[in-house]
Amino acid sequence: MLELRHRGGCPGPGGAVAPPPREGEAAGGDHETESTSDKETDIDDRYGDLDSRTDSDIPEIPPSSDRTPEILKKALSGLSSRWKNWWIRGILTLTMISLFFLIIYMGSFMLMLLVLGIQVKCFHEIITIGYRVYRSYDLPWFRTLSWYFLLCVNYFFYGETVADYFATFVQREEQLQFLIRYHRFISFALYLAGFCMFVLSLVKKHYRLQFYMFAWTHVTLLITVTQSHLVIQNLFEGMIWFLVPISSVICNDITAYLFGFFFGRTPLIKLSPKKTWEGFIGGFFSTVVFGFIAAYLLSKYQYFVCPVEYRSDVNSFVTECEPSELFQLQSYSVPPFLKAVLRRETVSLYPFQIHSIALSTFASLIGPFGGFFASGFKRAFKIKDFANTIPGHGGIMDRFDCQYLMATFVHVYITSFIRGPNPSKVLQQLLVLQPEQQLNIYKTLKTHLIEKGILQPTLKV
Amino acid sequence: MTELRQRAVREPDAPPEDKESESEAKVDGETASDSESRAEAAPLSTSADDTPEVLNRALSNLSSRWKNWWVRGILTLAMIAFFFIIIYLGPMVLMIIVMCVQIKCFHEIITIGYNVYHSYDLPWFRTLSWYFLLCVNYFFYGETVTDYFFTLVQREEPLRILSKYHRFISFTLYLIGFCMFVLSLVKKHYRLQFYMFGWTHVTLLIVVTQSHLVIHNLFEGMIWFIVPISCVICNDIMAYMFGFFFGRTPLIKLSPKKTWEGFIGGFFATVVFGLLLSYVMSGYRCFVCPVEYNNDTNSFTVDCEPSDLFRLQEYSIPEVIQSVIGLTTVWMYPFQIHSIALSTFASLIGPFGGFFASGFKRAFKIKDFANTIPGHGGIMDRFDCQYLMATFVNVYIASFIRGPNPSKLIQQFLTLRPDQQLHIFNTLRSHLADKGMLTAATEDE
Repeated sequence: MLELRHRGGCPGPGGAVAPPPREGEAAGGDHETESTSDKETDIDDRYGDLDSRTDSDIPEIPPSSDRTPEILKKALSGLSSRWKNWWIRGILTLTMISLFFLIIYMGSFMLMLLVLGIQVKCFHEIITIGYRVYRSYDLPWFRTLSWYFLLCVNYFFYGETVADYFATFVQREEQLQFLIRYHRFISFALYLAGFCMFVLSLVKKHYRLQFYMFAWTHVTLLITVTQSHLVIQNLFEGMIWFLVPISSVICNDITAYLFGFFFGRTPLIKLSPKKTWEGFIGGFFSTVVFGFIAAYLLSKYQYFVCPVEYRSDVNSFVTECEPSELFQLQSYSVPPFLKAVLRRETVSLYPFQIHSIALSTFASLIGPFGGFFASGFKRAFKIKDFANTIPGHGGIMDRFDCQYLMATFVHVYITSFIRGPNPSKVLQQLLVLQPEQQLNIYKTLKTHLIEKGILQPTLKV
Repeated sequence: MTELRQRAVREPDAPPEDKESESEAKVDGETASDSESRAEAAPLSTSADDTPEVLNRALSNLSSRWKNWWVRGILTLAMIAFFFIIIYLGPMVLMIIVMCVQIKCFHEIITIGYNVYHSYDLPWFRTLSWYFLLCVNYFFYGETVTDYFFTLVQREEPLRILSKYHRFISFTLYLIGFCMFVLSLVKKHYRLQFYMFGWTHVTLLIVVTQSHLVIHNLFEGMIWFIVPISCVICNDIMAYMFGFFFGRTPLIKLSPKKTWEGFIGGFFATVVFGLLLSYVMSGYRCFVCPVEYNNDTNSFTVDCEPSDLFRLQEYSIPEVIQSVIGLTTVWMYPFQIHSIALSTFASLIGPFGGFFASGFKRAFKIKDFANTIPGHGGIMDRFDCQYLMATFVNVYIASFIRGPNPSKLIQQFLTLRPDQQLHIFNTLRSHLADKGMLTAATEDE
């Protein structure tokens, strides 16, 4: 108790900042001071003061390690530091883009795995930041619990979405049927087990930290896991719904940077002093044009346009179908003011290109807010990059911060404007019903389809 | 920033919710009533004694401890009576009460966040928190209520549009809040603002999703709402009683007043209570039938043919108990078997919700979530064990009682494209043919 009183008595920030961060505290310890300004308040004050001070008191963020491969370093050793940096970034950008193309070529299954890999890495990066901020390496169980929750939530989401697509495959196997039928219950039981483990792992002096890490984990899961599953759902709708949004965001990043580099003058937002209005607007227009062209190019190929289906006979994913109306050329009459420019009466477009304008607009106007959010986050926690995974660029999260909202937007857009509920989901739910209910529904549907003329009454299978 | 420095130096005013006067443990006994927080509560503001004057006078003769006990007891009875009245008033009032409880819980937790982070002065933040609450509620109500009010919604043009583009509208509303948050980031307060953002979202996750699951359960049939909640309340009270009379071995370090005797005694008592309660309630249609919205009368009705779950059936008793009871068969509702599962969950896992809340209160050094109910603390204090219960009941219903709602499936089917409809129809046909359900007779209908 004596040491606690002393803490409460000494002048706040001076006493808190000057000694090394670990003095007088148990690692991650909770202090019951009589003034109820416990450790978190101290940390807040410390960090709150730090906002106005230098960065010298950042807790243990390791110095940025230079991870550029030796080859690059030797090749670029002649250039000055600034150009060297620029070249490294450029080379890595090209590498990432070619990797992207390669995986697209390899097919939707590889893309799914890639998305999953990125999700796990993003989760890892954010959780590691949390550990550092709260110095909670030594908390009992917590690393295990974070990964366990990641597993649970992924299991839940994969069961809800992917299982629909594998409906035919699942119907064959008895055990899988059982897992599907009671999926929610099993997921909930798994989550509960994690929750109870968390409660049992609460240790006397570390309550607050443990709650913080619990909340940090959940918010991270909310951000990364839901987004990645929406990405996969978009992917199953058709690879074009995955490629065009992501490319639009990447294009917006690059063109906004280029426009800002050459024409930038007016700062955009205090949060990111390097962004300019010229970059923003220039990026917007070029992204819309880019999206328009990319949509035109991709709409021709069945490979990109068709929903991904799992064929049980071939045991793989196929993308073969009759392209829907969205991807069939249609004639649009050109509005009068453009007629003079284009000197044509009508133009043949894919309807999807109109949608791509909406997607690109979102990517350029709202996508950057995801980037600002990540910038604010990095400033709040005094980190330069999320991690050091990619030389010259930082962590995976740094590359994907603008994509956050894009995936959700595309998903909401598809469900609202393109198609209604997911047909596979309806089918899966139908197959789960009791046989009598199925029969009733079958009769109702039959009547309905015959009325609408979709089904011929004399058709006999 | 200077004000933050000064706060650390001088003894800050304690958050108003710390109550000095609560020297007695609560009935549940699991709150952070250990000595450390009381001893440290020295600079706390004088305890706000919320008990009404009339009670104060009536009990002025008794000693402080008994007075406290009486206040708690009277408030407990008042709350239970209030619960009964609301049940009597019907599902609509219940929905409104659930909504109010949710808002109050949200308010309590957010206020704790403000106090922890001294973030009263953050620009915009109060507005943003309430705005997010509104958005998420709008989203959930749209998703669930639309299904139940389907016919009403289809009639009214504006409602139909709102329902068709519901996800898009909700997402747009949320995005506006998100962009406002980003624009409101102020140079020196980044961390605080992110903390409050995270705090708000976790609170929404806990409070709003649970309350919507409660309403889902309610629509399934009022019995699915009443039995779980009563089981949790009964478990609280019984565990306390057993602990009071027989308690000896402590249960968990987190709540030193909980005992194994209370835990186990509460478990058995709750199972028996659940069995009895479900027996009594299964007899009445108003509890058993799904709540439906009647277009003609423009109100909620509970009128139906009770499903198999709520019809008495004969069960043969295992030989073990036959000698004890002296009967070979017993008439029970199948629902009573389910109620055993519900009561078991309420007794075994429900307390973990309470431990979680205790840990939370200790972590943030508060005695109660708020001072709303005299003698009991805040609304959250009463509902902490209910957290997981609502989710469990919902998952249980979805997994074991009924599958997806057939009429809802038909609605979804009707919104699909014709080629999709045909595809599904054919798949269903081959599935039924495999199972031998389709005969030539049905095919020719």
